[in-house]
Amino acid sequence: MKQKLVLIGAGMASGRVLEHILAQDPEGWEMTVFNTEPRGNYNRIMLSPVLSGEKTYEEIVTHDDDFYASHKITCRFGEAVVQIDRENKVVHSNKDIVPYDKLLIATGSAPFIIPVQGKDLPGVITYRDMDDTQAMIDASTKPGGKAVVIGGGLLGLEAAAGLALRGMEVTVIHLMGHLMERQLDPAAGYLLQKDLEARGIHVHCKGATKAILGQDRVEAVLLEDGTIYPADLVCMAVGIRPETRLANDAHLEVGRGIVVDDQMRSSDPDILAVGECVEHDRQLFGLVAPLYDQAKVVAATLLGQDAAFRPVQTATKLKVTGVDLFSAGDFADAPGREDIVFRDPARGVYKRLVIEADRLIGAVMYGDTADGSWFFGLIKDGTDIAPMRDTLIFGPAYQGGTSADPLAAVAALPPEAEICGCNGICKGTIVAAIEGGATTLGEIKARTKASASCGTCTGLVEQVLASTLGNAFEMPAAQPICDCTDLTHEDVRRLIKAQGLKSMPAVMQELGWKTSCGCPSCRPALNFYLLADWPLDYTDDAQSRFVNERNHANIQKDGTYSVVPRMWGGMTNPRELRAIADAADKYAIPGVKVTGGQRIDLLGVKKEDLPHIWADLNKAGLVSGHAYSKGLRTVKTCVGTDFCRFGTQDSTGLGIKLEKRLWGSWTPHKVKLGVSGCPRNCAEATCKDVGIICVDSGYEIGVGGAAGMDLKEIERLAKVATEQEAIDLTVAFIQLYRENAKYLDRPYKWLAKVGLDWVKAQVVDDLGNRAALIARFDLSQSIYQRDPWADRATPQAQMGFTPLADMTQEAAE
Amino acid sequence: MSWLDIGALDDIPPRGARVVKTQHGCVAVFRTHDDQVFALDDRCPHRGGPLSEGIVHGHAVTCPLHGMVIGLADGLAKGADEGAVATYPARVEGGRILLDAARLIRGRAA
Repeated sequence: MKQKLVLIGAGMASGRVLEHILAQDPEGWEMTVFNTEPRGNYNRIMLSPVLSGEKTYEEIVTHDDDFYASHKITCRFGEAVVQIDRENKVVHSNKDIVPYDKLLIATGSAPFIIPVQGKDLPGVITYRDMDDTQAMIDASTKPGGKAVVIGGGLLGLEAAAGLALRGMEVTVIHLMGHLMERQLDPAAGYLLQKDLEARGIHVHCKGATKAILGQDRVEAVLLEDGTIYPADLVCMAVGIRPETRLANDAHLEVGRGIVVDDQMRSSDPDILAVGECVEHDRQLFGLVAPLYDQAKVVAATLLGQDAAFRPVQTATKLKVTGVDLFSAGDFADAPGREDIVFRDPARGVYKRLVIEADRLIGAVMYGDTADGSWFFGLIKDGTDIAPMRDTLIFGPAYQGGTSADPLAAVAALPPEAEICGCNGICKGTIVAAIEGGATTLGEIKARTKASASCGTCTGLVEQVLASTLGNAFEMPAAQPICDCTDLTHEDVRRLIKAQGLKSMPAVMQELGWKTSCGCPSCRPALNFYLLADWPLDYTDDAQSRFVNERNHANIQKDGTYSVVPRMWGGMTNPRELRAIADAADKYAIPGVKVTGGQRIDLLGVKKEDLPHIWADLNKAGLVSGHAYSKGLRTVKTCVGTDFCRFGTQDSTGLGIKLEKRLWGSWTPHKVKLGVSGCPRNCAEATCKDVGIICVDSGYEIGVGGAAGMDLKEIERLAKVATEQEAIDLTVAFIQLYRENAKYLDRPYKWLAKVGLDWVKAQVVDDLGNRAALIARFDLSQSIYQRDPWADRATPQAQMGFTPLADMTQEAAE
Repeated sequence: MSWLDIGALDDIPPRGARVVKTQHGCVAVFRTHDDQVFALDDRCPHRGGPLSEGIVHGHAVTCPLHGMVIGLADGLAKGADEGAVATYPARVEGGRILLDAARLIRGRAA
């Protein structure tokens, strides 16, 4: 008497169960397969190639009609099971009642639908089965059609790539900061985004879907930030959850999935479960390898053999043709873990290995995944990698050899070996230049153009110099920004502009950063460079700013802060002074001081009081004085022609105009201005970053003064006749400084490097360039000239200033 | 160990920190770039600077006052500096931050 086996679901796992049973006991079972889809088993993970047109449905069918017929399997395709009756051991479908001796639940998973308005509109689909795939293929036949994919995980990106290949204009909206955040770190996520964008796929990270818009069918997707993407098709691929409804209704034990033991049995020993619908040892499964292992165990259990399911690590690959991506194991940072990072910016290659206690525990690779399976083997086997650690990241080809001295390696290169990829310069050309008299990197650059473009081969060129000249060559000690890179600030600024790098991961990847997320030296510098060069594209990163700029106040030695409202040109009035006095009373300010920049400093403010004192001062019309910023601080003035009997021009008025134009701008270091109404110089303008001395015939503009660690008088930039020219030259000078100086160089230090003559040529002589600099400054101000006090009046912003929790009221034990 | 839910992970920005006020002073709760949390006394061993206001990089924080670097996992000063701050058991579960309630109440002497 044959046993009756009923399978609910015809996915990849249940197909594999059928095969195992038929192989071992072809006559022992009478099998019935239900499938909600009107078709049998096919290779679900190959839906993406079907969508992209690289395969047809017929090619991915794993079990065709002949298979079921020849093995006498009853197919109930297109027929859904609606109830499991455990007492009578039967299942009810929407058409029939079928008895079982053993039942296998293989219902897989259901796509997660985000509960937003418009989710049910026609044209909104998920991506799980052949019907979804066909719906996407049909939608893509409309010329110029637009698709929005919600979700930048594996499935969403495969859908996006397929739709793009079918000719649709595709936007991917992803909630997190980088794509595939569960499998990739930010650096690899950035490379993936770059590759997808090169294929014409628009990627919107940190995008939260607010609603799907449309009358009779989908027309657009609206994000929380107000962005609207028109859409003829919306594919939701935000995640999946185990399909457990039948098991729930049958009162089987269900956690996140149907709970099974090591033998894949549910809480009812006659009911087994397999695939994405199960939960084993509190773990869910989505990739195919563990599902196949489960299928083997299911078959063994049914056949009365001993077997136990033991999950193994799995590796991820994205099935998008031309994108090489590999991730395996655990790659989160943790104490005791170390990274080995390899980056090859020109080839778009990124590899990161995570090591713990001399074992490889995780690997992320992008661009070159050839060694992926080798690394995966090391992870699975727990191999001791200490002996090969130095060359581990280069893969199996480099193991077993002697460790190489880099200089010897360069010396051993043949003359035709390419050193500079940008300009195609071989080692022989460089050696010839050295033999022709070049002895420095600069001379090599000038004669051969080697390392004159992206600069990443500079180290190699220096090694060629060293190996050719021997002791006659001294390695130059260019100061890198920090230990994260060998590049100088100047190199990085140039490369950010030249390569159009617009985000921190972009800079770190393309310029070969040696750490995964930078350090307190490079991050504030990069944050400034990026916001100065790309005001419209880059988003300021508060976590890469020092405390003062993050909290918009100066931290004091006891952890309290100082608050300095702006007093334009040093002018104030009784209303403002009253507001300041009231605030000092209300918040019990311990210190009130008049500053050197002609304003009033409230010292000793508690952090949680900051948003409140700002709000009070805002009400009186006072705004932040940026007394804490690498940005415009003050414009110090004298009273000029308004009151002074010696004044030659309206120095106070000019100072106020300059301050109103420049405030809120971020600069490499702090910037202080002074405007004096006559050469007596009561505003002490001659030691400021920009100092203007008014004379009868106009305005003398000086730059590069200092009165801090160094004492230095300004140098004359120009003398101009009108107030407007004085403002224009000042603005252009500040913008030139913003675009070119090294972070934390005051203008006088920067001037010593570039020379006053070069600056004069840029802003005084070249009127076109002056206008362009001013235009770029004003563009930046359109984004950044905002009062940070007013911006922080919102409850969300204020939350950051309060404790996460207050336990001082809890009773002590 | 009794775990106390002190807030959501998303209440702290990545690579940022917030403080929990206790009767023994503030405890800084850090969230790193990889969404791990660490709790330490909010006082730099150098001059008492508020570590919660420092720049978080990898699993370390740089004190905002004078730049001492403290490892978040062990509370020890890094590099040539010497010093240590007390650490507190902390973990994330279901998007919530959990701290050891008894340790918070007892303070660093535990």
